[in-house]
Amino acid sequence: MKARVYVTLKPSVFDPQGRVVADALVTLGYQDVQDVRQGKFFEVELSATDAATAKTRVTEMADKLLANPVIESYRVEVLP
Amino acid sequence: MKFSVLVFPGSNSDYDAFYAASAVIGEDAALVWHKDTDLQGADAVILPGGFAHGDYLRTGAIARFSPIMAAVKAFADRGGPVLGICNGFQVLLEAGMLPGAMVRNDRIKFVSRLVPVRVEQTDTPFTAACASRQVLHMPVAHGEGNYYADPETLAALEANRQVVFRYSDAAGEVTPASNINGSLNNIAGICNRQRNVVGLMPHPERATEAQLGSADGRVILASAVKALASLSR
Repeated sequence: MKARVYVTLKPSVFDPQGRVVADALVTLGYQDVQDVRQGKFFEVELSATDAATAKTRVTEMADKLLANPVIESYRVEVLP
Repeated sequence: MKFSVLVFPGSNSDYDAFYAASAVIGEDAALVWHKDTDLQGADAVILPGGFAHGDYLRTGAIARFSPIMAAVKAFADRGGPVLGICNGFQVLLEAGMLPGAMVRNDRIKFVSRLVPVRVEQTDTPFTAACASRQVLHMPVAHGEGNYYADPETLAALEANRQVVFRYSDAAGEVTPASNINGSLNNIAGICNRQRNVVGLMPHPERATEAQLGSADGRVILASAVKALASLSR
């Protein structure tokens, strides 16, 4: 099965990279850009055959390694 | 005494730390490969600067899985002095041996220059030979030294006097202008509750001889010598 993990900085943590990207977009002429938050995206392939197990396993992985819970939050999606 | 300096793939200040401990301070020193499991009889352990494991995933995130880290944890749990410099500090944060995390410097600036840092605590093994509020000039070289902790953790750090170094001006005033990377409360270095594990972003090992622009960093390693001598007395 395949799972996707989206990792983003917590709203309380300032994202200097996202801010620079936002500034660059405004410079490109996208005056409507108000904010950008940059994150990470993982695709995990695993041998589990049921979605519930896959979700539990990948959530554990996100918590232990893929995200740093001090500064980041994550969302896990299991693909059908 | 003996300093053991860890070497991760991507470490680049390992030899500087080895040189500072041996040639400058005049103590025994060893370089210990990250796949080893033995600290070679260390009295103090240094996690050096650099880009361990290429900074893959997050700075320091992969280094905590290096086999030697189990020995470092056990050493620290027994009260052994552990110093993380720059990337070594980031490894200690990711390993959960120090609280908090690093994010990118504000304004996305890689900061590489000599900066003044004020010593806040002198009761750690790496500041024992410092004067209270002493200002040390040491180089920094990092893109990700913007210290972050949630409000509760930060309050606990301050209450327990775990903030060991702060970015200041040359007179020792801690000001917004002297905060080089956006760190909360100008934090440049902290210690754990037990005070034997210390991490800092500036590089004491690169400021040990006048030719390098500053010899202020010597006192950090000399502190370990002093702290261990007073323990064995």
